[in-house]
Amino acid sequence: MEFIIITLIKLAVIAFVLLTALAYIQWVERKVIAHVQVRMGPSRVGPHGLLQPLADVVKLITKEGVMPPHANKFFYLAAPILAVFMALISISVIPFGTEFTVLGHRVMMQLTDLNVGVLFILAVSSMGVYGIALAGWASNNKYSLLGGLRSSAQMISYELPMSLALAAPLLIAGTLSLRGIVDSQAGYNLGFIPKWAIFTGPFPQIFSFIIFMIAAFAETNRIPFDLPEAENELVAGFHVEYSSMSFAAFFMAEYSNMVTVCSVATLLFLGGWHPLWPESMGSNFAAPLILAGAGAICLYHGLNPARPFDRFTLPAFAVIFFGLAGLMAFPPLVPVLTPLFWFLAKLSFLLFVFIWIRATLPRFRYDQLMSFAWKFLFPAALLNLLVTGFLVALVS
Amino acid sequence: MAEAMQSINLQAGVPISWYLVLSAVLFSLGVAGFLFRKSIITVFMCIELMLNAVNLSFVAFANQHKQVSGHIFTFFVMVVAAAEAAVGLAIILTVFKNRETLNIDEINSLKN
Amino acid sequence: MDFLFFFLFAFIAVACAVSVVVQKHPIASALSLVGVMASIAVLYLQLGAEFLAMAQIIVYAGAVMVLFIFVIMLLNAGAESRAGRSYAAQLMGPPLLVALMASLGFAIMRGFPGGGTVKFDSFQGGTAQNIGYALFTDYLLPFEVTSVLILVAILGAIVLARKEMD
Repeated sequence: MEFIIITLIKLAVIAFVLLTALAYIQWVERKVIAHVQVRMGPSRVGPHGLLQPLADVVKLITKEGVMPPHANKFFYLAAPILAVFMALISISVIPFGTEFTVLGHRVMMQLTDLNVGVLFILAVSSMGVYGIALAGWASNNKYSLLGGLRSSAQMISYELPMSLALAAPLLIAGTLSLRGIVDSQAGYNLGFIPKWAIFTGPFPQIFSFIIFMIAAFAETNRIPFDLPEAENELVAGFHVEYSSMSFAAFFMAEYSNMVTVCSVATLLFLGGWHPLWPESMGSNFAAPLILAGAGAICLYHGLNPARPFDRFTLPAFAVIFFGLAGLMAFPPLVPVLTPLFWFLAKLSFLLFVFIWIRATLPRFRYDQLMSFAWKFLFPAALLNLLVTGFLVALVS
Repeated sequence: MAEAMQSINLQAGVPISWYLVLSAVLFSLGVAGFLFRKSIITVFMCIELMLNAVNLSFVAFANQHKQVSGHIFTFFVMVVAAAEAAVGLAIILTVFKNRETLNIDEINSLKN
Repeated sequence: MDFLFFFLFAFIAVACAVSVVVQKHPIASALSLVGVMASIAVLYLQLGAEFLAMAQIIVYAGAVMVLFIFVIMLLNAGAESRAGRSYAAQLMGPPLLVALMASLGFAIMRGFPGGGTVKFDSFQGGTAQNIGYALFTDYLLPFEVTSVLILVAILGAIVLARKEMD
């Protein structure tokens, strides 16, 4: 019985945090792309545009939902639900940190630790193709159908190199459970180099990491592989006939998929929640120091404000950052919050790479995209798996 | 059947024979669809339904005898079904290209 | 709890299977078949076949059925017409089907009265490790032959479908 209550509480917390984070990842993306393009990005709605996601949500909810004529009603409405469902359910096996004890109950920072966790994520991401294919077909629109079919074909084609690139660190870790994979990356070589999968092992998994990231870009329909859904190609592809909350559902599904693949990359290649240098060398102080540094920057800019209201908002943010730094330095909470901080830091770095590449690269043409998958990435992933397997067999 | 219903012990778990009955029901539904439907793709999908029903009974027997060979056989059935689906759909595409119809009643002569 | 899960997912499987057979539009049939496969995957989980459950979703529901849906969308297969059906078949079909199911069910229940029961965790041998070990030691020859079979199927599908859709 207590298992059910604990799981429900964890579910509520993860769902709330995830949905808020999805909205704010969009804010980060708009700000980062804007600064790359030497402009400001959203800055009017709230301080530094921080209430922009809220304004977007209100706009999308209150917009009129127009259904195209002669569209298949059931599948038109079911497609975004399917897409969002598959995208959100894959978060349920991702571990965010270690176990901790609260009120006498041991709680894992994970909804469920399946012992085939990696396969579950692969299975759910293959099911995510249905949302897009159905959306393309049910809209009764040629461009939509073509965009949907192209996007589905792209996602299926890139699932293969992704699975093969995932199989290589699994050979080294020896288990399919995500928590087990992170536990196998604990410890330090030579005292200070972390035993992450991309640094160590019989074959450092740097190629697997690169292949996985490239396939992840294609799986989540991000630039440079976003031809099927770009606004100026095929009239925005499979979601052209969707408006208001259905459109928001597709976007939520895309960002949620992004979070999932970055989490999987963090867990399998970057050591999950293990810090970059050992605790004996003081890595527990990294979290409070970084947050205090952010607070100090906010305070400095608050004292020399560029805009009149910055005099009030930036010191408020500084107070929040100093409070978080104090929380991170609080000794009873350190073993609980520090792994979470490291996991979120690595996840945010990978998300920033996703956004950075979106701001920088042009997109592939569709035939270039497909031949890249089948003629280069798939053989490369196979070769990588072969070499890894050979070296693992040699060593053990 | 009455004896089976009386001997249900709620703590003991689901009897294996119920899984086999479910497999039989799904298989017969697949047979019905295979015989009744007219569109060649739907007929093909009923074949897949039959294969899934058989897979379920294999896994149920693997659970009963506590051996993994049932799972291995299911694995091979899945692989062969996937290969068959690929080639079969390619054949359906070719047939559609030549006969312009998906109705199996109209694809009833080797000569066009 | 096991009974609850079994009945729930067996009901979903049978309902989706009936929907596969009854629906007029092939896309609706295909999506109902995906529902059947997903509920069978959950039943596999209950039978202790966790690797097989995930493989069912990855291979069957995630690849084979997507292929079906692609072909249906490419061929623009429409809803089936109800013309040309014999009334005799429509009248006699469903009762004969129920009779077939009932006789099969009766034969099974008579043939496996005891049989053992299924709970979660009653069979722990379905892990990826066990399946991998069996595949590469006892069943190595069928495994290699199956890989050649898949290669032949890929070649066949490419040759058959290559010149047709342009």
